[in-house]
Amino acid sequence: MKKIKRKVVTALMIILCFLLQTTVFNHLTLATIRPNLLLILTASFGFMRGSKEGLIVGFFSGLLIDIQFSAIMGFYALVYALIGFANGRFQRLYYDDDIKLPLFLISASEAVYGLVIYFFMYLLRSRFSFATYLSQIIIPELIYTVIITLGLYQVILFVNHRLEEEEKRSASKFV
Amino acid sequence: MNKKNQSSTSNKYWLFFTVSICILLMVLSLLTAGVNGPLRGFANYTVIPMQKGINQVGMWLSDLSDNFETLKDARAENKALQEKVDKLTIENNNLQQEKYELERLQELYKLDQNYADYEKVGAHVIGKDSGNWFNTFTIDKGANDGIKVDMNVMAGSGLVGIVTETGPDWANVRSIIDDSSNVSAMVLSTSDTCMVRGDLSLVPSGEIRFEQLENNDHEVAVGEQIVTSHISDKYLQGILIGYVSEVNVDSNNLTRSGYITPVVDFKNLQEVLIITTTKADKNGTGESAQ
Repeated sequence: MKKIKRKVVTALMIILCFLLQTTVFNHLTLATIRPNLLLILTASFGFMRGSKEGLIVGFFSGLLIDIQFSAIMGFYALVYALIGFANGRFQRLYYDDDIKLPLFLISASEAVYGLVIYFFMYLLRSRFSFATYLSQIIIPELIYTVIITLGLYQVILFVNHRLEEEEKRSASKFV
Repeated sequence: MNKKNQSSTSNKYWLFFTVSICILLMVLSLLTAGVNGPLRGFANYTVIPMQKGINQVGMWLSDLSDNFETLKDARAENKALQEKVDKLTIENNNLQQEKYELERLQELYKLDQNYADYEKVGAHVIGKDSGNWFNTFTIDKGANDGIKVDMNVMAGSGLVGIVTETGPDWANVRSIIDDSSNVSAMVLSTSDTCMVRGDLSLVPSGEIRFEQLENNDHEVAVGEQIVTSHISDKYLQGILIGYVSEVNVDSNNLTRSGYITPVVDFKNLQEVLIITTTKADKNGTGESAQ
């Protein structure tokens, strides 16, 4: 029962972030740049809940993008899933009262994401001016995402706490 | 220890499983169009209605804030607009006269093609590509409304882009400022053709690049109109793209390139018009008539 609740809440969070990113944040751009909410969500689930959940959240976040915007199904799903999985490797270093590690991991994920997209979508179409893309897209997106992280991370943390508390309570009831 | 090992093997199993699904999806969607259909249909019933809803709330809010503009502003604007109406009426009369003359002359020459009269359908923009790398957007009309891939999309009087994918009640449009967009265009006054190529690094400045314009005696001045060309197989002829803002002769001395200021404001696109005839339709009917 509680597991179903966690799944539903997680799915709602993915859909909410996707909707915000594709609609509301079009009007909140800073110099034509939007933050990457789905990546924050994916990375957070990775280091909060472990590799498996990071992988699954990443896969479904990416799949939503694929379905609506990508010509090839599965590309974004793969990128996001791997980022979620890699973040799960840092679960042991993670303490939820420390914001430095989440900020560092999310910026690192964002940088990797930018480089991967540049490599596969731009470099392979012989767009070689990496410095331009770095300064115009990758770095600004990273900064904006980190700024949004400061707020969104607290929300994800809060939801996760509530769910974990409820799971603990119901577990102790049965014992 | 044992438990930890177990969870790490299960993680590896999950990783392997997910990666294989992704690769399978990629291969399938490259080889056949069979996967895309059901998945896009799935989007039609989940995220698309929600995006439409959010868009409606957004439009309602912007209407609301418009209503709060003071009456004074409205009056001043009204006065300015009235003057403009008078000016335009005179201009319109002159143009009407010229139009009749043109029609008469066209009839004489048996030229009955009028490029401005394409049939159009309006649609709302409901969502934009989630990343910063591409400039595609989603509109709220799809295959059920008769939208087909390769239909040209306009906003106001200018070219916006082309439909690349359709779902049942939504369609994706790639705008001409997108990095992977190439439009065959021509200079209106001289009919010299060129390529208008989207460039991500120019998106913040709001300009588009054009290339491969023949370096001949025809002078191309700043402010000259660039329209879609007669040789394009995707874009209908004569749709305005923008005005030349800079022309340079390339180092090979054979071609010219430069920048265009598009007529469409890509940052604030809300409504677009979709031309319901594609170039293929037009060519097809043209051939069968011959």
